[in-house]
Amino acid sequence: MSARSFPRSSTWARWSARLSSFSLSSYGFLSYLFLYLPILILVVFSFNDSRSVTQWAGFSTRWYGEMLADDQVILALWNSLFVAGVSTLISTVLGTLAAVAMERYRFAGRLAVDALLYLPIIIPDIAMAIMLLIFFNQSGLGFEPWRLELFGLRLAVPYSVIIGHVAFNISFVAVVVRARLAQMDPTLEEAASDLYANSWQTFWRVTLPLMMPGIVGGALLAFTLSLDDFVITFFTSGAGFNTLPVRVFGMIKKGVTPKINAVSTLMLAFSLLLVFVSLFARRGEKNPAGELGV
Amino acid sequence: MYAVELKEVSKHFGSVTAVNRLSLRIADGEFFSLLGPSGCGKTTTLRLIAGFEMPSAGEIFIGGNEQGYLPANRRPVNTVFQHYALFPHMSVAQNVAFGLEMSGVPRREIQRRVGEALEMVHLSGLGNRKPGQLSGGQQQRVALARALVNRPKVLLLDEPLGALDLKLRKAMQVELKALQHQVGITFIYVTHDQEEALTMSDRIGVMHKGSLLQVGSPQEVYEAPQTRFVSDFIGDTNHLDGLVTGLANGEAAVQIRGAQQPVRALTVNGVRLGQQVTVAFRPEKVLLDRQAQPDGNTLAGRVVDVVYTGSSTTYLVRLQDGQQVMARQQNAAVSPQMRFQSGDLVTLSWPVHACKAFAE
Repeated sequence: MSARSFPRSSTWARWSARLSSFSLSSYGFLSYLFLYLPILILVVFSFNDSRSVTQWAGFSTRWYGEMLADDQVILALWNSLFVAGVSTLISTVLGTLAAVAMERYRFAGRLAVDALLYLPIIIPDIAMAIMLLIFFNQSGLGFEPWRLELFGLRLAVPYSVIIGHVAFNISFVAVVVRARLAQMDPTLEEAASDLYANSWQTFWRVTLPLMMPGIVGGALLAFTLSLDDFVITFFTSGAGFNTLPVRVFGMIKKGVTPKINAVSTLMLAFSLLLVFVSLFARRGEKNPAGELGV
Repeated sequence: MYAVELKEVSKHFGSVTAVNRLSLRIADGEFFSLLGPSGCGKTTTLRLIAGFEMPSAGEIFIGGNEQGYLPANRRPVNTVFQHYALFPHMSVAQNVAFGLEMSGVPRREIQRRVGEALEMVHLSGLGNRKPGQLSGGQQQRVALARALVNRPKVLLLDEPLGALDLKLRKAMQVELKALQHQVGITFIYVTHDQEEALTMSDRIGVMHKGSLLQVGSPQEVYEAPQTRFVSDFIGDTNHLDGLVTGLANGEAAVQIRGAQQPVRALTVNGVRLGQQVTVAFRPEKVLLDRQAQPDGNTLAGRVVDVVYTGSSTTYLVRLQDGQQVMARQQNAAVSPQMRFQSGDLVTLSWPVHACKAFAE
C-alpha cells in the first residue's frame, strides 16, 4: 500500500509527530522549571535591595555584605568546613578500607557486615540522629568540644558532631569506592603479585591508583553531604554550636531576610563547585579497564 | 631435574573437583601445551603452578624446589594472562619494569633490560605509550615482554592469543615459537585450540574433566590417541559403532551393522570379544573410489554432501545403516574421474594401522 493512496493519513502522521514532539519538549521544560525556578528565585532575591524577600526593590549586594559582617555566620561557615573536612578525611580512609575488605576478601560474617554497612544510607536521618544523641548521652562521651584556632577564629567543635558525620559518611564512601573496585579487573592484582609484588606493594602500586577516581568521588560526596547535613548535626551538637545549615535554621526563627538567601546562595555555589570538581576528577577516567578491551 | 613437576595434584572448589590427581613432568626448555575444552581444569592447573591457587592435595616442584604454599610473588615463574592484565595507569615501559623494580634490580640495569625486552618484541619506541593506546597484538607483546624481562625459570601462558583475530594469531604462533627458541625458557601454554597446540608444542597434555588423558608429542597424540576423547578432540575423526567379532595380534575385527565384512582396527584399551566399540579413523586416511581396494578396510556408501575447501574436498558418505563417514581428498592429487557428486555410489577404503577401536 503506498502513501499516495492515503494522502490524509500521511498528513495526520506528520501532525501527530509534531504534536508529540511539542508536548514532550514542553513537558521537559515544565519539569525543569519546577526543579529550578525556586532556586532561581532564591538567587535573584539574594540581590534584592529590600528587607522583604518577596518584593523586588532593585539590585544590590548589601545582603552579601551583611552576611560577611555577621561573625556568627562566618563562624558557622568555618565550623561547617572544619566538620566536613575532618569527617571526610576519616570516613574516606575507613570507607575505602571497608570497600576493599568487602570486595576483595572472603571472611566469616561478611554478608552481615555488608548489610550493616549500608544501613546508614537507608535509615531515616532523624532515627540516626536520635540514636547518636542517646549514644553520646549514655556513653558519657558527651559533647566535649575540640578547641582550636583557625585563621584567628576560635572554633569549639564537639567531637560528637564529627563522629556523627563520620558514621553516615563511611557508608557513602564505601558504596562509591566499591562500585569502582567491582569494575576493576582482579587479574591486575594477580599480575602484580606474579611480578613479585607483595600484597602491600600491590595495594600501593596497582589497587590504590586504580581506585583513586572512586576514592576522590566518594570523598567529594562525603564532603557535600557533611556540609548539607542539618538533622544529625542539630541533634549531636549540644548547645551553642552552629554549622551553616543550623545557623540558617536559627536565623529563620527570628524572621526571614534576604541575608538567608545570600547564605543559601553561597552554599549552593559551593555545592556546585564540588560537583564540577568531582566531574573534572573523573573526566577521561570512565573505564580504564574498558580501554583494554577487558 | 625437571623445570616443573606435579605429583598427584588435586584442586577442589567446594564439591567441584577442578584438577584430579594430576601428575606431570615438564623438561627444561620444553614448549609444553595443556590442551582441553573449557572447564577441563587446564587453567586451574596453570594457576596452581603460578601460585594463584593452592593445591588441595599433592606437591608442585619448580626447578626441583617444592613450592608448598609459597605465594605467587615468591615463585620463579611469570604469567602471560588471557586478557594481558597490563596496568592501565602505567606506561608500556613502566609495565615492563614492574617486575624488576619489585625484585630490587638497580635502576640502570632496569632501564637496559626494559629496552632489550621491548626490542625483542619489536616495540622499541612505544615505551611511553599507555596500554590503552595500543592494538590488541601490541598489548600482547607488552605482556610477553613484561613477563620475559624477569628471565623466569618457567613462563606460563593462559590462552594468550585467544583475543586476537585469526590472521594475527597465526603470525603470533610462529613468532612465539621462535621467541621460545631464542630465550630457551620453559613455556607452559594453555589452550583449547588443538591446531595451535599441534603447531607450537614439543609435547601436548590433553586434559578432560580435571584429569590428564594423554601426554605426548603432537604426532603421538594425533596419530596414536589412547582414548576416544583424545581422538575426537584433536582433529576431525570418523567414529563408527560396531560389535567386536574377533581379536588377534592386537587387532580387532569389528562388525558394522549392514556391512559385508568386518572392519579391522588396532585395539587400544582392553577391548573384549562381543563388546560394543567405537572405531575411529581420520578423514584424510580414507580413499574414495568406485570399486573396492584389494586390502585394508572397505565399506560401501552413498555420497550425501560435498564440501569444497580450496586445497581439499571433504565428502560426507552415508553407510547402509545410516552412520556417516567423512573422507578428505587433496584436490591437486586427484584425477577428474575421481571427483564425485551427491548421490554417487562409492567405496571407502582405509588402512588398518590408521584405525583404532576404543571400548566405551
